[in-house]
Amino acid sequence: MAITYTSGEQVEVYRFGIPATILIPVMAVFLQAYLPLRFHFFSIFDLPLLVTISFAIARRSQVAGIFTGALIGVFQDALTHQHIGLYGISKTVVGFGASSLGIKLDVENSGARLLLTLVFYVVHEVVYFTIARGLVSLHLEWSWPHELGSAVANAILGVLLYTLLDRLKQRT
Amino acid sequence: MESVLGRYRNLIVLVGVLFVQVLGLAVQVKRTTDTDSSRLIRIWAVGAISPLEKALVWTQTSTSNLWHNYLYMRGVRAENRDLKQQIEQMRIEQVRLSQDADQARRLQALLAFKEQFISQTMAAQVIGSTGSEQSRAIYLDKGEKDGIKVDMAVITSDGIVGKVLRVYRSTAMVLLISDQTSGVGAILEKSRLQGILRGMPSGEVALERVMSDEQVPAGELVLTSGGDRIFPKGLPIGRVAQVTTGGDFFLNIHVKPAANLSKLEEVLIVTKIDERQSQPDPTGPSRAADILAERLPTVPPKPPDATGTSAPGAAPQSGAVVDGKPAPPKPKALAPAQSGDGAVSVPVTRKVISSSPSSSSLPSRGTVAPSAAGSASVKATPQPAKPAAEPKPQPPPQDSPQ
Repeated sequence: MAITYTSGEQVEVYRFGIPATILIPVMAVFLQAYLPLRFHFFSIFDLPLLVTISFAIARRSQVAGIFTGALIGVFQDALTHQHIGLYGISKTVVGFGASSLGIKLDVENSGARLLLTLVFYVVHEVVYFTIARGLVSLHLEWSWPHELGSAVANAILGVLLYTLLDRLKQRT
Repeated sequence: MESVLGRYRNLIVLVGVLFVQVLGLAVQVKRTTDTDSSRLIRIWAVGAISPLEKALVWTQTSTSNLWHNYLYMRGVRAENRDLKQQIEQMRIEQVRLSQDADQARRLQALLAFKEQFISQTMAAQVIGSTGSEQSRAIYLDKGEKDGIKVDMAVITSDGIVGKVLRVYRSTAMVLLISDQTSGVGAILEKSRLQGILRGMPSGEVALERVMSDEQVPAGELVLTSGGDRIFPKGLPIGRVAQVTTGGDFFLNIHVKPAANLSKLEEVLIVTKIDERQSQPDPTGPSRAADILAERLPTVPPKPPDATGTSAPGAAPQSGAVVDGKPAPPKPKALAPAQSGDGAVSVPVTRKVISSSPSSSSLPSRGTVAPSAAGSASVKATPQPAKPAAEPKPQPPPQDSPQ
């Protein structure tokens, strides 16, 4: 199914069980912290972001998307040595945006998911860099080739991850 | 009113959540100290993640050890033989180096030179990272209960890794030298130029604050200078990879770290650094003054006169023949602290010693420069050390430095 504009009643809303709601973000943050030690290239991926997008699209609730993004982002922030809130704010925006799109659009096929993840990754990075430079005065270098490469890589991984997470979601 | 709130409920929630986080950020930025308001959140997050990481690392290490230590023994005999040969070679090298080190210690003691020694380290395993390209830090499996404290240096056998930034109950966060918020006092091995080593946003490491009119060859070793009071002096950091001229008055010196920061598994935490004055080995066969006395020029022995006695004050050289008999060996000189009266000629200034502590050989006598008594350099006099056994004054040597 392609991206289609549907009314809220027509769009199927899913939910995740409580164990999945807690364990999936924790596992995502854990793998994000552990895998780059063994596979250095993995640091270009952002598993918590992919989980945020997946949850937000599936639930199709803006409030749920906001809080999901905020909590996962703050959790991710807490493991870094930077100030808490950089990832939190970025993922809050992404959670809100993804859930808003989830309400308007029916995103079930891989192509649509690939495109959405690619766009939201760039949005996430733009928000992160803006806050880091504007509020915290971090000197970060923006590199379009690097960011676009990472966006494509995340989008591909995202499609695979969403397929996996589809098995865990329950129809309401 | 209710309809407006209901209509814009989602936007209001979004603005509220963003506002709270921005406010939190502002509070954190305002508080410069790290005894911060966010510590509780960090403790919870690390507490949730680190047990998983420890369990996974333990499983991986155990499996690897089982395989390598008990199952996969191929080539162990040959390796053992090679290692024994290496030990023999290193023993020979150790004897030579220990002699040099003894001499360096004696000279440093003469100059009241204080040195930092790593006296205690603790091995730790790397269990995780931050998972962010913007935060280059790792987590270790040792924490507060193991005696780890903030600002302890973390090293490997190859070079320095970083410093302990945060300490939790059983884990610690280490800020890598490649992070852009880190800074390490560094010195180039040969040119002795000092600078500050900083991480770049791209994850590379660069040496800053070296003037652009200096010559820095690629491949030169970069060491810690000890100026940051975290890393002891002389630890390897890496090698100069590339040197370019910056837009300002400084060079852009890219450094390739000696330790592989992207593949860290085990590290050493420097838990204790002693700063003490070097003490000469009391069991050593000779002292700096002896070496100096041997190197400084002496008056050649005069031929015996008719009465068969030598001129007064002419100290017999070791091995010289007096009255047809071998002269007694040259008396040992006293160290300055022991003699208390005569200044000992040590033609080395503090500056030279401190910039090159590893240099153990004395410079040629042409470099001797007298300086004021009580200054850092030991007073240079034309006389060699005062003999202990024979208090007769010696005439100044003919070619003594002025």
